[in-house]
Amino acid sequence: MNELNKDAIRDLLYRMADDQLILGHRNSEWTGLGPILEEDIAFSSMAQDKLGQSLALYTLLHDLGDKDPDTLAFNREEKDFKCCHLVEYPIGGYEFSLMRHFLFDSSEALRFGMLAGSSFSPLAKIARKFRGELRYHTMHADTWIRQLGGANEESRAKIQSSLEFCFPLALGIFEPSDYEKTLAEQGVFPGESELQKEWLAHIEPLLAGSGLSMPDVSSCKPSYGGRKGRHTEHLKPLLDEMTEVYKIDPSAEW
Amino acid sequence: MYGGGYIFEDSRNGSDSAEDPRKLEDFEARIQAGEKIEPMDWMPAEYRKQLIRMIEQHAHSEIIGALPEGTWITRAPGFRRKLALMAKVQDEVGHAQLLYSAAETLGKPRETMINDLISGKSKYSNVFNYPAVTWADTAIIAWLIDAGAIINQVANSKGSYGPYCRALERICMEESFHLKYGHDNVVFLATGTPKQREMVQDALNRWWKPIMHFFGPSDKISVHTETLMRWKVKMASNDDMRQKFLDMYVPKIWELGLTIPDPKLKKNEDTGHWDYTEPDWEEFKRVINGDGPCNKERLAVRRRAEEKGEWVRRALMRNAEEYSVPLS
Repeated sequence: MNELNKDAIRDLLYRMADDQLILGHRNSEWTGLGPILEEDIAFSSMAQDKLGQSLALYTLLHDLGDKDPDTLAFNREEKDFKCCHLVEYPIGGYEFSLMRHFLFDSSEALRFGMLAGSSFSPLAKIARKFRGELRYHTMHADTWIRQLGGANEESRAKIQSSLEFCFPLALGIFEPSDYEKTLAEQGVFPGESELQKEWLAHIEPLLAGSGLSMPDVSSCKPSYGGRKGRHTEHLKPLLDEMTEVYKIDPSAEW
Repeated sequence: MYGGGYIFEDSRNGSDSAEDPRKLEDFEARIQAGEKIEPMDWMPAEYRKQLIRMIEQHAHSEIIGALPEGTWITRAPGFRRKLALMAKVQDEVGHAQLLYSAAETLGKPRETMINDLISGKSKYSNVFNYPAVTWADTAIIAWLIDAGAIINQVANSKGSYGPYCRALERICMEESFHLKYGHDNVVFLATGTPKQREMVQDALNRWWKPIMHFFGPSDKISVHTETLMRWKVKMASNDDMRQKFLDMYVPKIWELGLTIPDPKLKKNEDTGHWDYTEPDWEEFKRVINGDGPCNKERLAVRRRAEEKGEWVRRALMRNAEEYSVPLS
């Protein structure tokens, strides 16, 4: 740890932890409301995995000297969150949540795959575990995208239009950080642009095989800002709701 | 969770007289001998009908029950509670899945059951027509409603219909974790800050009435269920289950320094039974028939979910496929 840049690592950990927390929170909103019971259950499982992943990442931050995980998750200001815009949006229709899940989790699976070889060994260790969890998430997403992409005209149209809506938001996952170079040089993480490249190559055949057409990346404006603390209007209400009980008395044990 | 307070149809004029007497005799002898009835076995039409009705009500209770608690997942204070509540509510939805499958073995498709729920034709546990006002309500629900459900479901798991019993055995195992979670949650509130204590006492005050209603109307006024008890569809009387619940949980509630909002509640040393203020069964009837604080909201949420998801279910169908009854 001596020679690794701590600020660079903290920045990376916050981005990932906040993404997992917020998307986990969103996915849990499907509990009781899914289009079929099996999907309620699936989204809840993935939500629990994501919450667990965010907890592990906040714990790494705590080990680096930051506050405890509950305080980091439940008692930080909106501007201190570094999640991307994609995870902030309300669950919307199933087509939106499914597409978000497909786009986000495919990038996460690749990210954790990269991080499994990180020079920051505590992160490498949990990344190897998460990579295994993500395998189920991507299997779930790929299966559903294929089914709904090819079932009938109605479902194909819904999935295609949510792909177009989600795509610029998904590009925001890869908003470059100020530490790209340091992280790559120190062998912590190869970098967001590297990840984006792999991700595009990964999803293109999956989308094509599902009868969907991938939007043109060069004409898409990525939704940046989240990684710098500038968020959509959806994050603040989410945080207010999430912390409503906790803030009745943050010093109390719940 | 849940079940409890089933509303059976009056079967005094049951149609079992129209059944083949020899088959009926064999059927009853099998039940008497403790055998389980399986989906492809012969069974009286009335048995099938009442079982579908009961299992369906139970399944509906699980998905509707996920709503009052589910709204608190997004507000649960801290990782530990948030993760636990997510897992708990997910379990409840999983119970619905198991139970709908058990009911399907009797010939009614899940889609039809859910349509009957939404149209108001079939019922669910009355307790979910009351609101979970604060975080403490979810703690009380997870502890005491689930405790009541376990009493009811452990009894029913000794019943006669194989698929339902097997589903209940698994459900009860999961419920026992919910109960631990709920109790732990209530203990933290009851031994916490003055504000937390106040929250949990208020929640108990709000939920005591629905809890007493939970086991269903007093035996004195409920539909006659002798045949259903002989057929091991109904396994214990409503009053017996209520007494058992009071026996097990009133001391635990008092132990935490909480008060129960019924001045008449005490153990009668002569009878060995609890005396209590008779719950308002008129209110129970009114609420179960649609006029409770949350009936409309609960069904509206469920209906919206069904409508929003309709295109997804359509996209899962193959044109040529028809519904077939699963074997078990």
